[in-house]
Amino acid sequence: MESDLKPQDQKDLDKFIKFFALKTVQVIVQARLGEKICTRSSSSPTGSDWFNLAIKDIPEVTHEAKKALAGQLPGIGRSMCVEISLKTSEGDSMELETWCLEMNEKCDKEIKVSYAVYNRLSVLLKSLLAITRVTPAYKLSRKQGHDYVILYRIYFGEVQLSGLGEGFQTVRVGVVGTPIGTITLSCAYRTNLAFMSNRQFERSAPIMGIIVDHFVDPPCSSQRPANMGHPCNYRAPDEEDGGQFAGVQDSQEVCATSFSTSPPSQVSVRSLVLHAGKEGGALLMPPHGADVHLTVEHAPNTPSSSENCNLFLFPELHVSPSDPVESLNAFTRKVGAFVNKPSTQITAASLDLPFAAFAPRGLDSEENDPMVHPPDSPPCPSPLQGSLHSQGSEGSGQQDDFVMVDFRPAFSKDDLLPMDLGTFYREFQNPPQLASLSLHISSQSMADDLDSLPEKLRVYEKNIDEFDAFVDMLQ
Amino acid sequence: MNCRSEVLEVTVEARQVEEAMLALLHTILLHRSTGKFHYKKEGTYSIGTVGTQDIDCDFIDFTFVRVSSEELDRMIRKAVSEFKDALSNSGSDGMGQISLEFYQKKKSRWPFSDECIPWEVWSIKVNVVNLANEQERQICREKVGEKLGEKVINVVEVINRHEYLPKMPTQSEVDNVFDTTLKDVQPYLYKITYQITDSLGTSVSTTMRRD
Repeated sequence: MESDLKPQDQKDLDKFIKFFALKTVQVIVQARLGEKICTRSSSSPTGSDWFNLAIKDIPEVTHEAKKALAGQLPGIGRSMCVEISLKTSEGDSMELETWCLEMNEKCDKEIKVSYAVYNRLSVLLKSLLAITRVTPAYKLSRKQGHDYVILYRIYFGEVQLSGLGEGFQTVRVGVVGTPIGTITLSCAYRTNLAFMSNRQFERSAPIMGIIVDHFVDPPCSSQRPANMGHPCNYRAPDEEDGGQFAGVQDSQEVCATSFSTSPPSQVSVRSLVLHAGKEGGALLMPPHGADVHLTVEHAPNTPSSSENCNLFLFPELHVSPSDPVESLNAFTRKVGAFVNKPSTQITAASLDLPFAAFAPRGLDSEENDPMVHPPDSPPCPSPLQGSLHSQGSEGSGQQDDFVMVDFRPAFSKDDLLPMDLGTFYREFQNPPQLASLSLHISSQSMADDLDSLPEKLRVYEKNIDEFDAFVDMLQ
Repeated sequence: MNCRSEVLEVTVEARQVEEAMLALLHTILLHRSTGKFHYKKEGTYSIGTVGTQDIDCDFIDFTFVRVSSEELDRMIRKAVSEFKDALSNSGSDGMGQISLEFYQKKKSRWPFSDECIPWEVWSIKVNVVNLANEQERQICREKVGEKLGEKVINVVEVINRHEYLPKMPTQSEVDNVFDTTLKDVQPYLYKITYQITDSLGTSVSTTMRRD
């Protein structure tokens, strides 16, 4: 939107908005890494800490943000959104929240760009730091790991919130009025965490209504959907490792850190010192031996800006390039995930389970997963246990269809017999089938019985006296 | 100039008082602190950098962000600790209120002392409850965490109205607006006070805690 801004103010404002957008993305993604963030205060300005806040830049995140912006700036009708989603070990995903940086048409012509806007953007970033720890996704992100991971996706354009389910809540982080429009920062977050598996729509109807999909390759095993986000699990590379991105780095452009005071009755305009920036733009840098001066003023007593509830339009999903997240596809554990409660107790991420042996042991491929390829059964350690195993019975054939699971019931321990409760339980739940109940054996014995009847009758008649004496003894 | 006044109210268990107060006071101070000012020639100044730190609560399912300044944290913890001790000494059903007041100094001529003019006051009312069993305590952990989240949102909403803030001072007046005694950050001049109300509704103590 064109305004009466001086060219320098316009340039400053564009630069502030650009770096505010980049820092916003950094704050949001870093808050979903699953770790506590800590940065140090510095009494001396470094010249690279935008908005006087120590927010480190993860290069990959900056890269993705710049790619999404594609040289544009958030403006009226052009919102920058950061979508946070959750992906389980089975490949199912769910959007958790969407952060929106928008601009509306309400302008504040009186506000001074280089001071008031800058400081208010700084306050807004602090508010973002606080609010990102309050929404439900923060607790989920702190518990991410084997069961699920948190992904982020940045897109530019219209806001889309349809993936958040019904009843999503919104929280406004804050607003900053500028001469070209009012910047608003807000978050829409999901409240219904009931997990709906998408996979049932991708396969044919199961036999007998039972889905047996524990050990089947996820449908997305070799290809991630094009709109899948990036994992929020940044790990700082070694210093020697240049990698694609040269480690966490400070902002590449120096930010303005000097201000000027003046007597209350005067507002003075000083000259700006400009240097060509890396991207061809102008940087504000202190020349050697001179002070940097910016357009100055004191904090004006501006009236409070009216609250804008202009929040959410609905977007098309912006396709972002997929990154290899192959490790996610190796998970085989089925997550009994999110029931219909907003409480964090429902997270399936809690590994406070007695059957911790079911948890995947790591990012192993399916080939090495014992749950898919069970190891051979150990030899029977005791005669009693050995007698419980079927010997060539019909039952053993059926056991081949089942996967041996190391069943460890709680509080079980070895007693006098070297057989634990679990083994005992399993053996007695799968007893060998009685030979007499087997069809073909019974049918065979029936024929034999009929053939042997006459012989048996002759024997019984021969020994009839013995049988009578036995009966008399019993009476 | 009218002083802006905001009131927050929380109901917590006794062991949660300290963390709940720290969470809210630090959230407010995060927004009311800047980097250190470094004045140069011709009235220009530069501003230092404020770092931040995530703090997990032990007795509440909550994480808050505070300014990375051990000095500031020590001062706030000392005030909160005094408040907590006063609350616990007042009786099991005591209520209390801790206030964080931001003010400006106005120089007065001799023999009058400098005047402290508050421009923003945050009052946090605390109701302390006793719980009977561990299950209730577990529920309380989560509920208080959710409530603190709502209070943080309230704080952010008020601050982002961008209402009155003291004008940026000249070098000679900076001590009238900011607390310049800390090494790494520079909060606006503030003071913390508290008062305790026992179950009869009477105020039993008021203590001034100067910064």
